[in-house]
Amino acid sequence: MSDVLIEVNGETLLLDPAGALYWPAERTLVFADLHFEKGSAYARSGQMLPPYDTRSTLARIDALIARHTPARVIALGDSFHDRNAADRLDTQERAILSRLAGAAEWIWIAGNHDPAPPDWLGGRIAEEIAIGGLVFRHEPSASRAAGEIAGHLHPCKTIARRGRSLRRRCFVSDATRLVMPAFGAYAGGLDVRDRAVRTLFGDMFLAYLLGARRVYTVAA
Amino acid sequence: MGHDKLPAMLAPADPFEPLLPAPFAGWFSSRGWAPRPHQLALLDHAREGRSVLLVAPTGGGKTLAGFLPSLIELSALPARRRPKLHTLYISPLKALAVDVSRNLEMPVAEMGLPIRVETRTGDTPPGRRQRQRHVPPDMLLTTPEQLALLLASRDANKFFDGLRAVVLDELHAFHNTKRGDLLALGLARLAQFAPGHRRVGLSATVADPAPLQRYLVPQKAGEEVRAALVRGAPGAAPEIAITASDAYVPWAGHLAIHAMPDVMNAIRASKTALIFVNTRSQAERTFQHLWQLNEENLPIALHHGSLAPAQRRKVEAAMARGDLRAVVCTSTLDLGIDWGAVDRVICIGAPKGAARLVQRIGRANHRLDEPSQALLVPANRFEVLECEAARDAVLAGELDGEQLRNGALDVLAQHVMGVACAAPFNADALYAEVISAAAYRDLPRADFDRVVEFVATGGYALKSYDRYAKLRKTPEGLWRLAHPRLAQTYRLNVGVIIEEPMLDIRLQSKGRPAGSGGRTLGQLEEYFLEQLVPGDTFVFAGQVLEFRGIRETSAYVSKSNDAEAHVPSYMGGKFPLSTFLAGRVREMLANPDAWGKLPTPVGDWLRIQHWRSLIPNAGQLLVETFPRGSREFLVCYPFEGRLAHQTLGMLITRRLERLRLRPLGFTANEYALAIWGLRDMGGADMDALFDEDMLGDDLDAWLADSALYKRTFRNCAIIAGLIQRRQPGTEKTGRQVTFSSDLIYDVLREHEPDHILLQTTYQDAATGLLDIARLAQMLKRVKGRIVTRRLDRVSPLAVPALLEISKEMVAGEAHEDLLHEAEEELVKEAMRV
Repeated sequence: MSDVLIEVNGETLLLDPAGALYWPAERTLVFADLHFEKGSAYARSGQMLPPYDTRSTLARIDALIARHTPARVIALGDSFHDRNAADRLDTQERAILSRLAGAAEWIWIAGNHDPAPPDWLGGRIAEEIAIGGLVFRHEPSASRAAGEIAGHLHPCKTIARRGRSLRRRCFVSDATRLVMPAFGAYAGGLDVRDRAVRTLFGDMFLAYLLGARRVYTVAA
Repeated sequence: MGHDKLPAMLAPADPFEPLLPAPFAGWFSSRGWAPRPHQLALLDHAREGRSVLLVAPTGGGKTLAGFLPSLIELSALPARRRPKLHTLYISPLKALAVDVSRNLEMPVAEMGLPIRVETRTGDTPPGRRQRQRHVPPDMLLTTPEQLALLLASRDANKFFDGLRAVVLDELHAFHNTKRGDLLALGLARLAQFAPGHRRVGLSATVADPAPLQRYLVPQKAGEEVRAALVRGAPGAAPEIAITASDAYVPWAGHLAIHAMPDVMNAIRASKTALIFVNTRSQAERTFQHLWQLNEENLPIALHHGSLAPAQRRKVEAAMARGDLRAVVCTSTLDLGIDWGAVDRVICIGAPKGAARLVQRIGRANHRLDEPSQALLVPANRFEVLECEAARDAVLAGELDGEQLRNGALDVLAQHVMGVACAAPFNADALYAEVISAAAYRDLPRADFDRVVEFVATGGYALKSYDRYAKLRKTPEGLWRLAHPRLAQTYRLNVGVIIEEPMLDIRLQSKGRPAGSGGRTLGQLEEYFLEQLVPGDTFVFAGQVLEFRGIRETSAYVSKSNDAEAHVPSYMGGKFPLSTFLAGRVREMLANPDAWGKLPTPVGDWLRIQHWRSLIPNAGQLLVETFPRGSREFLVCYPFEGRLAHQTLGMLITRRLERLRLRPLGFTANEYALAIWGLRDMGGADMDALFDEDMLGDDLDAWLADSALYKRTFRNCAIIAGLIQRRQPGTEKTGRQVTFSSDLIYDVLREHEPDHILLQTTYQDAATGLLDIARLAQMLKRVKGRIVTRRLDRVSPLAVPALLEISKEMVAGEAHEDLLHEAEEELVKEAMRV
């Protein structure tokens, strides 16, 4: 697997094609928008989506922790799809989550879907956290924020060539700040051409699309 | 259907009483008509309470035949003893229901019959719908979806308990589709509410009427039950001409530009012509080319499903007034309203099937005694063969048979929800009812139970949604709806027609920034628009447009100065070449005596092929390999239609990859599959390469991320109610639905590959977009009959397939290569000095 290394506000970061960010200097692994139990949230309203989204997301986190062996894990907010989502985890899923939370120092950033992540999770809960030249928060701030790593927007991009098109989740960055792709199995996407993304970066930014085995750098 | 419950007033009449009562006989003669034999035959069957299928060509008074028994029964009833709703008419098109209602007004008014006829469609205002529920008309004309809605209402049993007759129009067009399944399940319900009613099926000529006869009546275990069959007199044989040029026949392409002067002359020689093409983009191009030749400014119009509805209505109205000389149209006008003035049908491109051709020809000249006039316009050499084969078949009275499907499980899921919306149900009784429908007669009880579980809780094996269940079991063992709100959601999502996600096309003047305002020209599929880059041009609504960008659910365009569009639509025809017609084309190809009637360039083409390579006999599969430029090619000719070839291409390239023959891509058309790569593929063991076992693991591995398969899944998930397009108060846009259904597919396939929804997706894909069933038949047919030719250069037969390559350079599906390319472009841009 070949990874893409980029610099954001002077810090070197690794973009993992699975959709996570790894910061080698701080041995920190970052996920955004896990949206645990989005499936069951839909079931409540009558759409019985396959109830396997949480375990699917957990299995992918597990693999990434095994790959990078981080000292610290940051979940960048909206880890739970709604305030009651944690109550809907089954015992097996709770067990996996507890095991993973014990494998590193976890920081749960609060998101708009989960302003108060459950406290039994282990780890620390924070509105935002600054480490070195970077600041981690859920929602990107409107002002130019040097070193900001955020989620919330679920960016993705469609590539069109020769009558075919392909849509993928992506990281978006202008080397000053970075927005992460959503990691949750059922998390939807917002096109990077959308105003919400463009206003953060102006016109000069790159999209890093998640491929099957590598990340592709593409003009946004 | 038994008639033990027939009220006395409807008991079989005195056999000596004339079939046509005096007022009706008088009405016929006042118009100078005599009742046709099939109309009388239907009266006879109705008098005995028997269900019947009427097979007759258009123009034979078929619709009147269907209604006549009901009109006579109703006219004989004293008003106060009349059942509430007497006759239900169901048509696949709401426009047809409206038209038939208008046609019924004439006899009703002229005979002064006290009969009330009304339509009920999506356009019927809420007030009238409400009134119809309380004071039903004698005859209600509606669509399968509206019937489903009526059946899902709480008082459905009372509404229908006086029903005497159901008339199903254009039954051939949908009995073997998901819409036919929905209606079949609805009919099974109706048989419970009104056990004595009889049914009339109206159908165009079909190769085999037996499936339609079974469709009409409840089936019994271990016994095939058929409705009676009445055939109308065949009309005069059509006169079918094929444009032919001894000077020039194109090698490839579908536009038939070379033949447009012939088409224009045919229009000039007609009162009104219907010009059928196979795709929307073809309709646009044909329309443009005709207008370039239209020196006299003859009124020629355009009609296809993507135009704004107001625009379509305008064309239809002009057509009805006889103001138009020609309409270029797609299958949108295959069925529907009769336009008396049409005296010629022109079919551009291959007919794809003999039955389809017969139907289209039948749109001209609705008078039985005069032959319909048709002109076939083949666009390339293979299409010349196909047109000849189709003409032979039609004149010989042979039509394509259909592969019968099993009733779809996603439709059953929707129906189960509808049943629960009306009243709590008993699973045993509902199962018995469902398997009385012919399409579901082989449905195992276990599958039925899984469908009910799916509706109730999603039916997942490893984790349950019991506490959110939509259906719950009562202490008496009945399934009931968990919440009335669910019935509202059901009503908003009823139906099995899933439109592709569409975007509005909005026209702006060039000077304005893209992204606000502009007149709406119509709608186009999102997947087509997403592959465009700003500045690309394409043809829509009869003009060349420049794409400017997508915002929200609109695509913004402006008028282009270019005469030609740069981006063709790659969408092929909706209907693949029928198996029957493919067989006839193969036979014609294998029989040099039949080549004499072909235009000289086509005959020469086949003779040189025979001399340089081989003309396979009808049972063989020819595989040619040859080098060209820096590439090696493998071309085979299964003649099984584009969809099956595309699937074959996907699977064969996987195998070639495994053999380290490094294929680079492939292209498929209706007749052939061409694969290219860097190495000579001629050394491969062709029997092994084309072995049926490719439908095992190779197929499975490919399905995991096939975009076509995911689209099939999406449709099943929507029909089954897993994904709800509309929630009370909101409507999801197609854009959101597309994306999330792929995510759901991935998760479901990973954790529960045997789920009932994946099972129904496979069933669908096998007969639908992937045509796996047909591919399987082909692989079996050619086993041991593969003939190979290693050539030093391209063969004549291979040229059309190779010409497609220049249009379509990549493998049939989106691939990570696109990402590489996008990245390389960025690098190139950055490195430019």
